[in-house]
Amino acid sequence: MNEQQLKRRNLIKKILFYLVLIGGAFIMLVPFLWMLSTSFKPSGATMVFPPEFIPENPTTENYKEVTEVFPMMRFLWNSIFVAVLTTIGQIILSAMAAYAFARMHFKGRDKLFLLYLATMMVPTQVTMIPQFILIKEFGWLDSYQALIIPTMFGVFGTFLMRQAMLSVPRELEEAAFMDGANHFKVFLNVCLPAVKPTIATLAIFTFMQSWNNFLWPLIVVNSNDKATLPLGLSLLEGRWGTDWSLMMAGVVISIVPILAVYLFAQKYFIQGMTMSGMKE
Amino acid sequence: MVGMTKKNTIFWLCIFLLPNLLGFLIFIAIPIASSLVVSFTDWDLVGSINFTGLDNYIRLMGDSEFWIALRNTFFFILGYIPLVMIFGLLCALLLNKKMKFRAFFRATYFLPVITSWVAVSLVWKWLYNPNFGLINYFLSLIGITGPEWLNDPNTAMIGIILTSAWKDIGFVMVLFLGGLQNISPTYYEAASIDGASKIRELWSITIPLLAPTTFFVTIISLINSFQVFDQVMIMTEGGPGGSTTVLVQNIYNYAFRYYEMGYASAMSWILFLIIFIVTLVQMKFQSKGVN
Repeated sequence: MNEQQLKRRNLIKKILFYLVLIGGAFIMLVPFLWMLSTSFKPSGATMVFPPEFIPENPTTENYKEVTEVFPMMRFLWNSIFVAVLTTIGQIILSAMAAYAFARMHFKGRDKLFLLYLATMMVPTQVTMIPQFILIKEFGWLDSYQALIIPTMFGVFGTFLMRQAMLSVPRELEEAAFMDGANHFKVFLNVCLPAVKPTIATLAIFTFMQSWNNFLWPLIVVNSNDKATLPLGLSLLEGRWGTDWSLMMAGVVISIVPILAVYLFAQKYFIQGMTMSGMKE
Repeated sequence: MVGMTKKNTIFWLCIFLLPNLLGFLIFIAIPIASSLVVSFTDWDLVGSINFTGLDNYIRLMGDSEFWIALRNTFFFILGYIPLVMIFGLLCALLLNKKMKFRAFFRATYFLPVITSWVAVSLVWKWLYNPNFGLINYFLSLIGITGPEWLNDPNTAMIGIILTSAWKDIGFVMVLFLGGLQNISPTYYEAASIDGASKIRELWSITIPLLAPTTFFVTIISLINSFQVFDQVMIMTEGGPGGSTTVLVQNIYNYAFRYYEMGYASAMSWILFLIIFIVTLVQMKFQSKGVN
């Protein structure tokens, strides 16, 4: 094989490699593009064969209808509200408990933490029935409390933050105590700044989990007033199950915000997802 | 620690730990315990609670619906796991190379992972539409008359499996990318000195050294797929003819449609038992791997 042949073979290999990559990207992207295309079609245009890839008469009517006739904006607001509060609550509660578990000494600490860990193995389906009964007894059915408060207490978050806080050097903490700081100051000025990346990861992970959660809202919410996007979409489907252009407009509205957050914080998304895998 | 008295510690513990501990007890620990108790009763949410011993569990063993749900769940796993593992690994191998637009490709492959199950399910339901869906259109281009997909008991689960694999490939890919980065380049250097081919490298270095990651990813995917629900609920609601009813769909139906809390709880404990066994196997293998 001379040099030219070798060069040509490498070129062919390279082209093949990129073809496979692009083919994969195509498979990943086409459903999204098809969704986007459908959402701009007048409702009659979804029932044509062969399908139109680029709508002949694009219209924004579906977006108008889905937000005016159907409370899509309400769902969007509910999702944002619930996800933001859940995330803030989860971060504060797990960071503080993690500080106690990682940096304080008390009797039974390790046993208590072991109990926390043990519950991570139990699937949510086991806890959801008693949680539903509890929410019903509290009179919280169909309320924001029901969506937010139970989901603020994630054992995984506490576990993650504890692991991060264990790695904070003792000397930093001791120096702060020497200067007369109390636990709260050490927590705020020494520990939290040291675990910032973990906080970001947990924040993104919790936000995404809350944003995409379907089963829990399905159980505790029964009105449009408190429905989050995934639940709202399923309601939309129940009502206009065959109006695909309308439904795709709804789906686009539900995807755009999380997509924006993802593009902004890609690294933390991937870390969060990877770590969530570690929890089991 | 300077000047920390016992009283002082209790004060700070109340501030730092108590809020989380209370929430943990109320929303996690006590529910777990009470779920076990409820699974031994016939509670229907309105009537009185009677302890019925093992009745729910005995009823489960003879309940053909439960066995069908279990069988469907296994069918799902059998199709889903090989698909996500093989394609997740392939994507990771492709995207581990240095190349142009790598960040773009990685983001693209990961895109379905961040999208909610409900959104994905709705889009795929539209893709699967037998008359106007894109999939059957593509099939018709190569001369194949596409199936009825979700409307046909023979293909509905296959449809759900394909969608699920499509959504999770990016997740598996990211885990494998992490594993690939942990393989020391010296192995490949040695191999290239020996003149090993790329295929040989893959079989003799990459795949064996990836084994711990592969095992880990398999277990994670397995545990997750026993809990498959959202896509089933949106795409088929367990139908047609019960052909896609999975364990969690069954639990949901009994708890929140028929209000048989005791029976549903017993089912959820069977689910736990299965996941527990899988986790135990994982721990056992992991501790072996360490030694």
